[in-house]
Amino acid sequence: MKASSIRSRRLALIGLGILLVAAMTYVVMRSGPLAPTRVTVVQAAEGQLTPQLFGIGTVEARRSYLIGPTTAGRVRTVVVDVGDTVKAGQPLAEMDPVDLDERTAALDASVARAGSAMAAAEAQRRDALARRELAAVNARRYVELGRQNFISTGAVEARLQEQASADALVTAAEANLAAARQDQQRLAAERAGLRQQRANVRLLAPADGVVTSRDAEPGSTVVAGQAVLRVIEPSSLWVKVRLDQARSGGLAVGLPAQIVLRSNPGRPLPGKVARVEALSDSVTEERVAQIGFDQVPAGLSVGELAEVTLSLPPTAKAVLLPSAAIKRRQAQTGVWVIDAGTLRFAPVRIGQASLDGQVQVLNGVQPGTTVVVHSEKEIVEHSRIAVVDALAGRRP
Amino acid sequence: MISLAGRDILHSWSKFVLTGIGLGLLIGVTLTMAGVYRGMVDDARALLNNSGADLWVVQQDTQGPYAESSSLRDDAVRSVLGLPGVARAANVTYLTMQVRRTSVSGVAPAGSGDDDVRAMVVGFEPGQPGEPGYLVAGRQITRSHYEAVADVRTGFTLGERIRIRRHDYTVVGLTRRMVSSGGDPMVFIPLKDAQEAQFLKDNDAIVNERARTAANPSLNRPGVPGLLEAIQASQANNRNVNAILVQVQPGIDAEAVAEPVRRWKHLEAFTREQMEEILVAKLIATSARQIGMFLVILAIVSAAIVAFIIYTMTLGKIREIAVLKLIGTRNRTIAGMILQQALGLGLIGFVVGKVAATFWAPIFPKYVLLEPGDAVRGLVAVVVICALASTLAIRVALKVDPAAAIGG
Repeated sequence: MKASSIRSRRLALIGLGILLVAAMTYVVMRSGPLAPTRVTVVQAAEGQLTPQLFGIGTVEARRSYLIGPTTAGRVRTVVVDVGDTVKAGQPLAEMDPVDLDERTAALDASVARAGSAMAAAEAQRRDALARRELAAVNARRYVELGRQNFISTGAVEARLQEQASADALVTAAEANLAAARQDQQRLAAERAGLRQQRANVRLLAPADGVVTSRDAEPGSTVVAGQAVLRVIEPSSLWVKVRLDQARSGGLAVGLPAQIVLRSNPGRPLPGKVARVEALSDSVTEERVAQIGFDQVPAGLSVGELAEVTLSLPPTAKAVLLPSAAIKRRQAQTGVWVIDAGTLRFAPVRIGQASLDGQVQVLNGVQPGTTVVVHSEKEIVEHSRIAVVDALAGRRP
Repeated sequence: MISLAGRDILHSWSKFVLTGIGLGLLIGVTLTMAGVYRGMVDDARALLNNSGADLWVVQQDTQGPYAESSSLRDDAVRSVLGLPGVARAANVTYLTMQVRRTSVSGVAPAGSGDDDVRAMVVGFEPGQPGEPGYLVAGRQITRSHYEAVADVRTGFTLGERIRIRRHDYTVVGLTRRMVSSGGDPMVFIPLKDAQEAQFLKDNDAIVNERARTAANPSLNRPGVPGLLEAIQASQANNRNVNAILVQVQPGIDAEAVAEPVRRWKHLEAFTREQMEEILVAKLIATSARQIGMFLVILAIVSAAIVAFIIYTMTLGKIREIAVLKLIGTRNRTIAGMILQQALGLGLIGFVVGKVAATFWAPIFPKYVLLEPGDAVRGLVAVVVICALASTLAIRVALKVDPAAAIGG
């Protein structure tokens, strides 16, 4: 074996050894407890943010009408169908009037009969008046004759009694006439009432709108108050949105809103908060607000899911940090600050947050401080860190 | 004095190096298997760490939410919050399901149409225990609906749209090492969405259920308008969660908080130690033992192979040793040569194995945890096995007859 060959082999072996040692060193430094945790950092900077509120809701009609009978009955006709546009006062459906028409006819007859009774009473009154006139004349004559003692006192008294009777008969005839007139009025009022009941079985549109449901068909029986048809006013459509109570600060009437309908996620529609309900849902811990469309889009369907983003006025200038930097340790909220190469947990007080992940830091961090945003794993005070540009994926 | 071992290695260096690398790959496999086992246990611990809880409150008489199914009303958290010693408490839901990828914000996903990923969907309340403690990209959830933070292992990227049941969610943040006890990566979504995803049925089932209710004459009475609607509305929502994660105030014993929960709230409460016991000793016990058993066998086989390689390598040099003896080399020198070679082989094997294991560990679909302690134990085991194997070889070498050098 030649010496040079041995030397070259020895060199190769030494090279191989160095390679192995290097690989081992790399492995030890890259993984295990000696490896640093890779982090990304950001310089805290002052700025403004536009807090936004986000909620989901459903499209509802501000004014919707349930149209049904006021008494139990059977539906006779329904003349409109779902989707039909109706005008105020237009007949939509009719309940079965059962015997209302017949009862009206009976009352008509009664009213006529009352008229006849009134005529009879009037005739009786005139008869009584004539009798009274005659009785008065007779009485006057008899009284005169009695004074001259042509006739006996008894005959005079009989004439006077006749006159009193005739007076009473007139009063009775007048009372009879009044009773007949009142009877006729009563019957006429009853007939008017019945006619109104007859009109009431016709269901009319209370306002201009669109029929959204037809709940009963002709022949079906409904109870008082049960809806036969439902009508909404399409111009009054709005979104009833539910916002998490914890993220509903600043909710007020008039805030500009962006409404994204599930049917058209690519086109946000402008709107405004029209009403904030004073009652919030205690079970779901949500606040309820109604968002009106600036312009109600065509073909909007009631009950459609919508995502609503409300924009609040911009906040005052403050230190802004990404929400990923905010950590919670036990009861403390804070951020990891890099101070001259060492890690320090700085408790902070956070203010408002925007939907794109920026958080207002009210105190605890000065502008220009280096703050850890992303980290490979949970970090503690004595963690060894290596600052890199990005850990995974694309930046948002 | 020249090194006999070095000389011998130089003589047949390719054989030596190749043997070392082969041995190394075998050791690498053993180390990896140990890593798989450790990873499994670590997955279970990671689940507990990530939830950030000191106490798990679950349904009475269950060992939920990880080992058994547990469901409790979502307003139970309010009464737990009122207990002395409780710092923070939050509802959480867990649901393991296939999460579908829809599209990357308008752009078609690269090379994948509608693939799905097995993931554990966690419903959490932002800013409360249960939220991912750290992110590797993006931001935390800010909207109360339809946003998700995913573990990088899911393969989702920022801005990607994923589908959970009937809703699309935008991935706004990525995190790491957030896994279920089975190693499935987690996808974090807002609690309300998760409740819906977990308990709400698909559209067909809802429609069928409505028809079924409407067909029931006692629920759809003609004289009671509105009854059917009310019943159907109450069927469509569900206000359950799987567990309440509780953080106790510093300095307060978790067990002291757990006791009144068990006694007065009629719920079950587990402290961190109890939960770890449930997860490690019960939930993953069988599969961990399975891997552990395999690891033991693999270790024994590796040890045997290392021993045999060194033994046969010495046997292959029996003629040269006989010549050495013939020229009067001392036994100690020969034994030293064999021992040095064996240890050298073992060291090369260990380094190659460790390096190989470190490089291929991240490719594994589930987490492989290579603990430094395991590596040290492995190194000691390799050295001891090499030394033992070389003693066998040395015995043979010393017994060889110098005459064999000539006679053969």
